[in-house]
Amino acid sequence: MIDPKILADHNITIEEYKRIIRLIGREPNLTELGIFSLMWSEHCSYKSSKAHLRKLPTKAENVIQGPGENAGVIDIGDGLAVVFKIESHNHPSFIEPFQGAATGVGGILRDIFTMGARPIAILDSLRFGPLEKSRNRAITEGVVAGISSYGNSIGVPTVGGEVYFQERYSKNPLVNVLCLGMAQTNKIFFAKAEGAGNPVLYVGSKTGRDGIHGATMASAEFGEETEQKRPNVQVGDPFKEKLLLEACLEVMDKNLIIGIQDMGAAGLTCSASEMAARSGTGIAIDLDLVPQREEGMTPYEIMLSESQERMLIVAKKENVAEVQRIFAKWDLDAVKIGEVTRGGKLQVTSRGQVVVDLPVEAIVNLCPSYRRPARKPATLKSLQALKLPPLPSDLEKVFLQVLSSPTIADKEWVYRQYDHMVQINTVLLPGADATVLRIKGKKKGLAVVVDGNSLYTYLDPRTGGRIAVAEACRNLACVGARPIGVTNCLNFGNPEKADVMWQFKEVIEGIAEACRAFSIPVTGGNVSFYNDTEGVSVCPTPVLGVVGLVEDISQMVSPGFKSEGDIVVLLGETKEELGGSEYLRSVFNLERGKPPAIDLEKEKRVHEMCLEAISLGLIRSAHDISEGGLAVCAAESCFLSPARIGCVLDLEGSLRADALLFGETQSRILVSLPSSNLASFLALAKENRVEAAPVGKCGGRRFVIRCAGREVINLPVETCWRTWKEAIPRLLSLPQD
Amino acid sequence: MKFGVVVFPGSNCDHDTLFILQKVLCQEATFLWHKDHDLGRVGCVILPGGFSYGDYLRAGAIAKFSPLIEEVREFAERGGLVLGICNGFQILLELGLLPGAMLRNKNLKFLCQHVHVRVENARTAFTHRARPGQLLRIPIAHFDGNYYAPAETLHRLEASNQVVLRYVDENGEATEPANVNGSASNIAGLINAKGNVLGMMPHPERASEAVLGSRDGRLIFESIILWR
Repeated sequence: MIDPKILADHNITIEEYKRIIRLIGREPNLTELGIFSLMWSEHCSYKSSKAHLRKLPTKAENVIQGPGENAGVIDIGDGLAVVFKIESHNHPSFIEPFQGAATGVGGILRDIFTMGARPIAILDSLRFGPLEKSRNRAITEGVVAGISSYGNSIGVPTVGGEVYFQERYSKNPLVNVLCLGMAQTNKIFFAKAEGAGNPVLYVGSKTGRDGIHGATMASAEFGEETEQKRPNVQVGDPFKEKLLLEACLEVMDKNLIIGIQDMGAAGLTCSASEMAARSGTGIAIDLDLVPQREEGMTPYEIMLSESQERMLIVAKKENVAEVQRIFAKWDLDAVKIGEVTRGGKLQVTSRGQVVVDLPVEAIVNLCPSYRRPARKPATLKSLQALKLPPLPSDLEKVFLQVLSSPTIADKEWVYRQYDHMVQINTVLLPGADATVLRIKGKKKGLAVVVDGNSLYTYLDPRTGGRIAVAEACRNLACVGARPIGVTNCLNFGNPEKADVMWQFKEVIEGIAEACRAFSIPVTGGNVSFYNDTEGVSVCPTPVLGVVGLVEDISQMVSPGFKSEGDIVVLLGETKEELGGSEYLRSVFNLERGKPPAIDLEKEKRVHEMCLEAISLGLIRSAHDISEGGLAVCAAESCFLSPARIGCVLDLEGSLRADALLFGETQSRILVSLPSSNLASFLALAKENRVEAAPVGKCGGRRFVIRCAGREVINLPVETCWRTWKEAIPRLLSLPQD
Repeated sequence: MKFGVVVFPGSNCDHDTLFILQKVLCQEATFLWHKDHDLGRVGCVILPGGFSYGDYLRAGAIAKFSPLIEEVREFAERGGLVLGICNGFQILLELGLLPGAMLRNKNLKFLCQHVHVRVENARTAFTHRARPGQLLRIPIAHFDGNYYAPAETLHRLEASNQVVLRYVDENGEATEPANVNGSASNIAGLINAKGNVLGMMPHPERASEAVLGSRDGRLIFESIILWR
């Protein structure tokens, strides 16, 4: 009864099907095939990425849990741990931007609180097509509204993120959401199904037909028929999730349960089989007991549904009544639907019939791992060749053009829609290099950032991978935080294309090198392949989420200039590196050249220098130089100063003026300090073997830059600020096209 | 003064409010569960911010029917102090303890940002620690904060000094741009005629510690603590 068409509908190859038959000793029935199709999908099995992901460093002294669980866990001392992970919801967000993004938030939140942690922050990394097109505006509006609606309602602050705009994301936007939670180290829970005879409880929303085959959908390219996939997108209910969150944390706090896992992608199938597989046990489920929202659902539909806001719990036998009492207090069901068994099987019955009888090992761990062919794209060499356009005569005009590029421009339109203050921990608000959260009652705090420049990874995947890590860590250094753990979301095209696989392999190796250089463990993440629509892949887009520790939040530094007369100092040196720059992209529409080079040892010295200067109280502001170069960095320091003070900078050097202004040479930070601290600062820089050059002064109402003595920009700060501030709202208010 | 912070399903500023009362202001404070019928001899009830019952209907419309609300209503009628913050304000409007209603913000977006409000009436139980006309910098975070009332109601509210807080710019002027959500007469906070029930959209619990960038919100809580 299983024919090639059914296999194709389930995205299972003939070879995979043969392997299934070999593993289970017979042909699967349709429900069982559905289960394999989900669990062996790229999204759940990591079959194309596993071999490469092993290259990432995952061990360190502070790691309580590395990859393989719902989220990573890092010890931060004082009996506390941070639990964090980033995940993508790209495909659903294209089909239905609002619900796609909202359920992306819901899913990652569950990954965090399922470990016993209270979610304390959300960050999101978004990639959209250019806002000049109304379809892209609708997606942007929808995604931001979706994130806002879910996060605001459930009461977890959305404290930061990043947004880039580029043509390749027009038909494949990226929505990556990171959630950070806090737990006590002695109350961390895992997805375990231990102890034969222990009851399996279903908690949360009832099961409906929504989201069937979501994980399979996320594992294939999109074509013209994408619109028809809308019913595959789930609908989120943040209110229900808030109740679920409180009830789960309460049963965990009272130590009433053994294991718990969220029913996210692949729903009941994934949670039951993974929990059993991790514990070497089996699970028996009676589908007649599963709370259902619709009538007449088949076993296939119940097992594959991706209805939101559900969890599977293995409780201690004697605690079931107490668990049920707590869920009832929060107006939620906690229904016993089965129990843990010996023998390692997933056994599912429906109306007295056995409908699934599969070894969990086969479902979870015996999916084939592919070493897919990887080949350097033939076009890369020509892409990297760059003939610089002549130096523009009016650099002032060009500067304003760069400031108004939506990738550079102010993102307040976005984060004003997010409640970024609830839980009253946000001490450095969105818009800074990294967001800083206090830990109530403690001196220390947490800093967190998401980052990834996909134009760099497109032009040189390995360098781009290294820079993604380096820049995120530099962002942390700018606020006074040391990185303690990394999570990554790897968004790529179809891995069956050798070009894409090569990009993937290179990016991973770049990330691994940088993580080793900074001695930070990767504790998990997510791979999203098949970001292709109508045959076009997105730029390879790794997004790094890095969590850092601030020893003393009273010493925290922010990017805005603070006082008239403070000296502006450039840490690091500027080279002629315009390849892959936002300047070339936004002014000349050139997406080419080699991205800036990076020396990881030097980068590390710059971070150490910045951190030391902060802990000695030498500097008043620090801001990472990234997209848009030094000119944009300095302008932002003016915009973010409380009184929007100006500055006058003198840039020396024989480089082209546009390279001095807009080049994106790595390992640079722009700081400001009182003149009385200058000598100590410069001495410290020398000690740390980092170049440090005073380049000007804060003050006045104008933004002035001279290159090799020639004044190239002299504008009122107010003019620059308005350009930067109004760019995104202006684009969003364009008439329908 | 003992404070009671009501916890509805979907409340999400309950913990923040309790933290400020207990840990920052060193007051006796307790949660009050929406399914209970007992206010436990508190002197002030706070309806905190959040999305009670999900707020899928009108904000606060379902909370109005919660079991504990009957006690809150009686408590208010007996003259007990009730402070509604954000969603709490919306609930007070739904309950009819304060006049008027909330519309969606004028830009039809959720707004989370610091705003300036001016204390229009510094003789209330909730504001007597402030100077008349004092500017407070306190954050807002809401989708439905665009206050509406018919002209005659507005007139009556103004005439009887029931408008307690008004959105203003940093110079203290009640301008149009400063009125970010579009509220009638820039109204940010209202008190009932008897003077014991205050609703306000800004979150004073988010502005009660220097580390959060403003301590102006403390004036509200300190006023309650030191009232009579």
